[in-house]
Amino acid sequence: MQLNEVKESQKATITRVGGNGALRRRILEMGILKGSEIYVEKYAPLRDPLELVIKGCHVSLRVEEAANISVNNVR
Amino acid sequence: MQQKCFSIALAGNPNSGKTTIFNNLTGTRQKVGNWAGVTVEKKEGRINRFGYDIRITDLPGTYSLTPFSIEEIVARDFVLDEEPDIVINIIDSSNLERSLYLATQVRELNCNVLFVLNMADLARQRGIKIDDKKLSELLDLPVVFTVGNRNKGMDILVTAAIELIESEKRTPARRRVKYSKDIEKSISAIEALVEARSDDNFSYDARWTAIKLLEDDKIVKKRIREKIIDRGDEIIEQVEKHRECIHALYNDDPEIIMTDERYGFIQGIIKEVVTLSSRQRVDISRNIDLVLTNRFCGFPIFIFFIWAMFQLTFSAGAYPMEWIDMGVNLFSAQMSALLPDGVIKDLFINGILTGLGSVIIFLPNILILFFFIAIFEDTGYMARSAFLMDRIMHLIGLHGKSFIPMLIGFGCNVPAVISARTLESEKDRILTILITPFMSCSAKLPVYIMLAGTFFKEQAGTVIFIIYLAGIILGMLTGRLFRATLLAGKDAPFVMELPPYRVPMLKSLIIHMWDRSKMFLKKMGGVILAGSVIIWVLSSFPIDTEGRKAYLAEKQSVMTFYTDQTASSKADKHSLLQAEFNEKLAKIDADQAVKRVEYSLMGRIGKFLSPVFEPVGIDWRGSIALLTGFVAKEVVISSMSILYAVEKEEDALEHALVKSGMSPLSALSMMFFVLLYVPCLATVTTTFRETGSLKWMMFGIVYSCSLAWLVCFCIYQGGRLLA
Repeated sequence: MQLNEVKESQKATITRVGGNGALRRRILEMGILKGSEIYVEKYAPLRDPLELVIKGCHVSLRVEEAANISVNNVR
Repeated sequence: MQQKCFSIALAGNPNSGKTTIFNNLTGTRQKVGNWAGVTVEKKEGRINRFGYDIRITDLPGTYSLTPFSIEEIVARDFVLDEEPDIVINIIDSSNLERSLYLATQVRELNCNVLFVLNMADLARQRGIKIDDKKLSELLDLPVVFTVGNRNKGMDILVTAAIELIESEKRTPARRRVKYSKDIEKSISAIEALVEARSDDNFSYDARWTAIKLLEDDKIVKKRIREKIIDRGDEIIEQVEKHRECIHALYNDDPEIIMTDERYGFIQGIIKEVVTLSSRQRVDISRNIDLVLTNRFCGFPIFIFFIWAMFQLTFSAGAYPMEWIDMGVNLFSAQMSALLPDGVIKDLFINGILTGLGSVIIFLPNILILFFFIAIFEDTGYMARSAFLMDRIMHLIGLHGKSFIPMLIGFGCNVPAVISARTLESEKDRILTILITPFMSCSAKLPVYIMLAGTFFKEQAGTVIFIIYLAGIILGMLTGRLFRATLLAGKDAPFVMELPPYRVPMLKSLIIHMWDRSKMFLKKMGGVILAGSVIIWVLSSFPIDTEGRKAYLAEKQSVMTFYTDQTASSKADKHSLLQAEFNEKLAKIDADQAVKRVEYSLMGRIGKFLSPVFEPVGIDWRGSIALLTGFVAKEVVISSMSILYAVEKEEDALEHALVKSGMSPLSALSMMFFVLLYVPCLATVTTTFRETGSLKWMMFGIVYSCSLAWLVCFCIYQGGRLLA
């Protein structure tokens, strides 16, 4: 399952961060890593971007960027 | 006693409170400029503490030190090339894990480092307890606590820094990230290669260089090639082999593996130094966001804030604007009485004073606007506005943060262009700066009101609305066009932190506001001054001595005529004669004004250019008015009044325009031209300052003028065909 399919107020565990180049690295550097737990706080009013909570801090990503992140264990 | 001097660099994540600490340390003694060659803000300050002369540089706030953003390159280059005596790494205690990521990278640069755990109070509130001694021991460097926004711990910070420097004990990067065995092996191998080849030219830390090479860092690679000319390529070749090796082993790029391992190292530290109390906390920030970025009330509230900002800016700004206007007029009247008639007086009053007056009048607006923007930024609402608007801005290939500058553009383009600084990616910044002028600024409104009011009467409102809308649409199209061509490339990723809301500090708000306004005043003062003088020269030379003589002679003859008439007629006719006399005189003056402009260089240029403007339906008077509008858009109106020989009466310009045979179609064309063509001198110079490139400035001018002509050509010729 991809991160952009996770609904609001759901938690998930990251299995893989895909994508390429600078963007992928930037995502990783913000602490969005394989094995981390991620919480989907909310989607923006226009359904893009979305707000995530990772390691206690709030980060926003575009839906297309979130689509590169694979997750499992959605709860 | 000789004072000891040393330099400090402040490093840290955005929103780590770094700027607050910088402000606390330096107070108002700051120098704000740009880093050489790039448009990243550089802040420096000098302080005297405990008998030391300390130079503090605020590095750009970053999350990492990759070569992907200018900010990060600037930050690491400063540490590598300027070799500050100490790097103070500001760490957000409530966000230790992420903050430590940058810290490990700073550590790898192998410089003197002091860790500052900032916002210690916030961390405690959140139930995070950090064992500073343990952290200090684990990383082998001093650690101090501060609370930046309460100005706590600043002396401890400075003392610790001084101690560290005085002890002359470098903090060697012994306790650094240890990567897994295979990677460490590659690092050592490359390190040895770099060290063996290292001559005096190449002074970077060998291990750091090796790590960066392994991470395929383009800039370090380039420097290796430049500095180690004979064997650079050989090193790079070796590095490639190592990279392939690692890729084969881990099935991923080395830089990704290394990022992962750094976080692994950090997690190890966190486990040892952080104790989380299970106390359930109320997250105020989250609750605020439940409302402010809510699906239903998020946008209405956002729109309300923006509306309030503009309302206050322009209504509260109107009073000081009036005072400034009065002050300038008073001063100009005083000077006019003091100075003897002549060229100098004319230059001073009509050139310099008018020019500077037209700029300084915007100061209240700019101060208030920047105060609000500072509030948006310092509270953390700016990030939310980007969050809300990103979907829409993304349509034109821009970042959500571009919205604010474009919006400010409707007020005044100058602060709009300056506020594009909040954008991180340079491409976004340039694109935003280029399309902002299409957001019709408030100075253009009087022109529309006058022209639309004259020629479209009841439909004036609709016409003006269409013009504003056209500006927005053309701006969007331009954005898409440039995104696809000149500024191609992937959009900047939208990985953006939404920092917790904070109560802003008045001191930082004022510093923030003043910095940007100072930029407006100081940097542009010179250019505006020069520009006004040039325009003045163009519109007052060459002096038409013959014409002036004839004008004076005519005036004289009229005067004598009426004096004689008055003397020889009865008293009851005097007032009638006086009125007739005044009317005659006004007409002569107006005629002379037209002649003067026509005779001047500006008039000649306007006439020379009239073939260019003919196909778009603008006559020579219109083209001169447009030319003078380069100083400021309001000037278009005053030039038109002069050129269409307006007599001193109500609605005079409207009558004169109709009389001159201007058609509604050419009026429409003229309005579109004003909307689209080159923005005012102040905006153009700001564009130059903010893009740091003459090329982009010139491009902006050429593009906007061509677009204006093209659009007006279509409107005018198309309209004629239809009619």
